[in-house]
Amino acid sequence: MTATLVAVQVLNGLQLGVLLFLVAAGLTLVFGVMDFINLAHGVQYMLGAYLAVSFYGLTGNFFAALVLALLAALAFGLLLEFLVFRHLYDRDHLDQVLATFGVILFLNEGVRIVWGAAPLSYPIPALLGGTIPLMEGFGYPIYRVAMILAGLATAVLLWVVVTRTRVGMLVRAGATNPRMVSALGVNIRRLFMIVFGFGAMLAGFAGVMAGPILSVEPGMGDGVLILAFVVIVIGGIGSIRGAFVAALLIGLVDTLGRSFMTDIFKAFLAPAAANQVGPAIASMLIYLLMAGVLFFRPSGLFPAAGR
Amino acid sequence: MRKVLTAALVAAGVGMGFAANAAEPMKIGMMLTLSGPPAVLGKHIRDGFQLFVDQQGGKLGGRDVEIVVADDELKPDVALTKVKGLLERDKVDFVAGVVFSNILQAIYRPVTESETFLIGANAGTSTFAGKGCSPYFFSTSWQNDQIHEVMGKYAQDKGFKSAFLLTPNYQAGKDSVAGFKRHFKGEVVDEVYTKLGNLDFSAELAKIAAAKPEVVFTFMPGGMGVNLVKQFKQAGLDKSVTFLSAFTVDETTLPATKDDAVGLFSSSQWTPDLDNAANKAFVEAFEAKYGYVPSLYASQGFDAAQLIDSAVRAVKGDLSDKKAVGAALKKADFASVRGDFKYNTNHFPIQDYYLVKAVKRADGMYATSVVEKVFDDYGDVYASECKMK
Repeated sequence: MTATLVAVQVLNGLQLGVLLFLVAAGLTLVFGVMDFINLAHGVQYMLGAYLAVSFYGLTGNFFAALVLALLAALAFGLLLEFLVFRHLYDRDHLDQVLATFGVILFLNEGVRIVWGAAPLSYPIPALLGGTIPLMEGFGYPIYRVAMILAGLATAVLLWVVVTRTRVGMLVRAGATNPRMVSALGVNIRRLFMIVFGFGAMLAGFAGVMAGPILSVEPGMGDGVLILAFVVIVIGGIGSIRGAFVAALLIGLVDTLGRSFMTDIFKAFLAPAAANQVGPAIASMLIYLLMAGVLFFRPSGLFPAAGR
Repeated sequence: MRKVLTAALVAAGVGMGFAANAAEPMKIGMMLTLSGPPAVLGKHIRDGFQLFVDQQGGKLGGRDVEIVVADDELKPDVALTKVKGLLERDKVDFVAGVVFSNILQAIYRPVTESETFLIGANAGTSTFAGKGCSPYFFSTSWQNDQIHEVMGKYAQDKGFKSAFLLTPNYQAGKDSVAGFKRHFKGEVVDEVYTKLGNLDFSAELAKIAAAKPEVVFTFMPGGMGVNLVKQFKQAGLDKSVTFLSAFTVDETTLPATKDDAVGLFSSSQWTPDLDNAANKAFVEAFEAKYGYVPSLYASQGFDAAQLIDSAVRAVKGDLSDKKAVGAALKKADFASVRGDFKYNTNHFPIQDYYLVKAVKRADGMYATSVVEKVFDDYGDVYASECKMK
């Protein structure tokens, strides 16, 4: 277990964390501002990747596909809001869960019909194609570094928007007391729509970024959704700052756990037993972390004010 | 209204009374995984099977065929409910297909105990090759261990000294590791088990780089394999480590991995370029009809249809004598697209296994291609435990 290996794994953890942040940011806003549980958020991540596949096929250029996919993801998010979600804001959480779960089933099947069941992909842009040699015979892909940077840039942008702009102020106010904001003459429905479309676009962005390194397939958003929920619960619902810290935390804990848990157990268990116990504990680690956080801070690490 | 309904029911009842009539079409139930990410495997098997039936003008062994397709959704309980429907409602003569071992485990007893023939076109669970073997089960694929054994044997024969094993953390992953180790006597530097459905292998790849093995052996079916292959290439590990795999690099994943997989090794009993007349005709017809390159799963589906065809023909369409049908199936009297093919005592094939490599063909499509034969006429290790009644 060398220092370089640890450094590489920390990078890997950051990269997973950044990806989770992009998905969780939209989820936490929608949940926090509108008190709306959107299980279909993971599907929007998947859709971003699928749209990028199609636009890459049309344009042959990653960056063009990225921009087009983002616009299409935004449009689709708004369409979903218009068709389905706006009818659910006043219902209770169970109805929302039921309806958005239906959207998951519908869209997972939908992409299978449109794009087929086989995994798809599109290549890393040539500009970001190389690797940074870190270990002998092993390079860290520049694309993954670019992902980390893009995620951090998005986080900064979000922070500026939420803390320094009028819309951001309304979003924060809406997260704290939506009725009061409405009473003060703000069109809360339109605010909801903006937040929703933006959240869908962020999830789509994560999907587009993930496409070249992961496989684009039906159901790819489901696993991410669960992790994103863990992130927003740990971070505090409605808090962008919380989502950011929690996403990085989850990324690091999960990656480092997967990498070193078996080795740690090997120090005091037989290798065969360690191979049994290590992966099992490693896959539980983030849920243990969540349980721990909930025990000591029931409303998350950075609860949005007034909740 | 009620009268019409009654009349219809009576008519249906009369129809069912004559179900045994030889003019009735023969019914084949196909149990396949056709939803979720692994749906592509089920699709390949179904398309391969359907191709042969269509080539025979909708008949098998001279009898009209009605195919009832059931999607098991990769859920054993769903498979069990649906297979009961096939057996009791549809009264099928054969059940064919089954992609995953856990599904086979769920439906094996209900099908074989009802004395219906089960033609396995993929999953080859060790229990059913050994103690649990049945006269009503025939496989057109392999016993699960064998594909992994090919890789272990190859690594051993080539004199590789150290191997890094990477599989998902579930039963088939552990079986895969056991299969690899059966013939590989070099050092296993590490065994890493990832969670099933793992998306990002960056952590595992860093460990491989740190361990510096000569070969990495992996079993990552479906989307997991796509991710692993792409990330393996992106990290530049392909330059220093030989990549051996099972069910990871094949025609179901190559459309996604494309150039990233070219040159990587896998093992199989079949490839599209395997040189025999039956295979040439099969691949040509398949690609013309469906517009994609068949995988080993498609070939197994095609052979399942051929197997049923040969047996029904041998008994002249009379399926009432189960013993005779079983004996006819056992003969495997058809030109398998994999070449040599005969049945072992446990009704699993004795066949050749190859080291195969992913290539880009002249027409721009990606496919696997034979590199060398690793096992000749190889049976599985469980056959000796099978007491066929």
